[in-house]
Amino acid sequence: MQHALDTFISNQFHVDAATWAWTQVIYAIAIGLAAFALVNFGAILAGIFSWAERRIAARMQSRIGPNRVGPGGFLQWFADAVKLMLKEDLIPTQSDSILYRMAPYFVMVGFSCTFVVLPFSHAIAATTMDLGLFYIIAITALIVVGVLLSGWASNSKWSLFGAMRAAAQIVSYEIPGGMALMVPLLISGTLSMQEMIRMQGGIQPEAGGNFLTAGGWPWNWNIFHDPAAFVCFFIYFTAALAEGNRAPFDLAEAESEIVAGYNTEYSGFRFSVFFLVEWGNVWVMSAIACTAFLGGWQVPGISLAALDNATGLSSIGLELLSLSFFVVKTLSLCFVVIWLRWTLPRIRVDSMMSLCWKYLVPAAFASIIFETVWVLAFARSPSFQLFFGVIMSIAAGAVPLWLFAKRTFDNIRDTGDRVDLTNW
Amino acid sequence: MPFHFVSILIFAVTGIGFVLATLTIMKFLRPNYPTEMKSAIYECGEKPFGDARFNFNPRFYLVALVFVIFEVEIAFMFPVALVFRKWVLGGNGVLAFWEIFVFAIILIVGLAYVWVMGDLDWIKTLAKEPPRSAKQE
Repeated sequence: MQHALDTFISNQFHVDAATWAWTQVIYAIAIGLAAFALVNFGAILAGIFSWAERRIAARMQSRIGPNRVGPGGFLQWFADAVKLMLKEDLIPTQSDSILYRMAPYFVMVGFSCTFVVLPFSHAIAATTMDLGLFYIIAITALIVVGVLLSGWASNSKWSLFGAMRAAAQIVSYEIPGGMALMVPLLISGTLSMQEMIRMQGGIQPEAGGNFLTAGGWPWNWNIFHDPAAFVCFFIYFTAALAEGNRAPFDLAEAESEIVAGYNTEYSGFRFSVFFLVEWGNVWVMSAIACTAFLGGWQVPGISLAALDNATGLSSIGLELLSLSFFVVKTLSLCFVVIWLRWTLPRIRVDSMMSLCWKYLVPAAFASIIFETVWVLAFARSPSFQLFFGVIMSIAAGAVPLWLFAKRTFDNIRDTGDRVDLTNW
Repeated sequence: MPFHFVSILIFAVTGIGFVLATLTIMKFLRPNYPTEMKSAIYECGEKPFGDARFNFNPRFYLVALVFVIFEVEIAFMFPVALVFRKWVLGGNGVLAFWEIFVFAIILIVGLAYVWVMGDLDWIKTLAKEPPRSAKQE
């Protein structure tokens, strides 16, 4: 973004950005506008997710779901937001009122600061920080502080139980999550989110590639780079689910045991901040997974040079294309997150801990060592890498399809039924 | 890069401002009639008794300790992983591999130790329960 702003300054004001006195002010205004836009984007997205989740859940349970406010109930999230904002803001007399008021801010900052490096398309990202991935791992830890603070300050037994559980769970799952992200780091050799996506561009035309080798084809994605990366995608996804307190890891909010967990005492807007961040984090975790493993905004068949050098209308078209690829991939992952919540039952606390420390952490260690050997062996031969990527992506596409088809046809055969699509 | 640091600061301020502005504006619109019952701690309809901040199970602290060790490990491994590809392409890959390998092995030994000592079990058993005889069942 800094580079784009320098170009903007030299074009609009005809001065050198490096020496001009007002450059910093322009920077601050631009970043401020970006921050305002992205925080509101996160908040609105979280609202829409709350509606989408209820609709999807209803569909999965053969119900209708919210369908009164607006077309298809779409404005339900807006009505909920207005209701929550207009609710009385209760602060328990026995609570630590300063810490109690502070907790939602910590959670919100841990959420809004992730947007500093989250990419959206080839050119759209607030900054291209060199430290991107590491920074995201670090800054999301602020959410734990907020959660722990809310539970402690509430002075309610349910809140404290929930907060302690949440803290133990989130910090535990940060280990496999962080280690799983080390594998795409080993593959691409950069921490910057944008650079990491650029490294998943395959063999470029300048290096002797063609339409089928350059751009965001599945065989160029990190997930199909080698078996360790494939495993690590699922380790990261599981860990991210647990870090975001999403079912089946929502023990911190297990309503059947501890009422509502750490936010039991909260009401009104302060309460909604916690839920805004929980739903916003679904997007954040999906975007990180998409960046690190699923090729980000890379468009199949379009080389990086074509994206970089495009001008005028074609540059806008390519930008929108890359944006749509990123958004579609990320929203598909978000759908999987919601789907999992309504498919899997809540996991028990001791199985949750043993899943993390006895399965995911050793698996992540093994993957890292495997990956170092892989990079050592094949980093110099992109053609072999391409060959292996094609095999893995075809296998990864074919096996689930075959299993799905087999299961479907077996079920139809066993019941003697026919495929009924009228109920859609 | 001050540009990036200031960006983070501005995003953090925007996040705080988002919550603060909404709370402040809504202060003039929302009702505010606190009563003694409303401001009490929720305890499933009973009158709350005692303080919530009582002694806690030490296993939470144990998890936190193990977390700190492994988080530091991640922080140390990230820089090596970052330059690994560069070193491999530059011909120093084997050296970097052994560095990562030895470091990882030490930590795996640590994990194995914690595991064997039973600190990874949520319910730690200090003494083995006597095996149930078939007759009792």
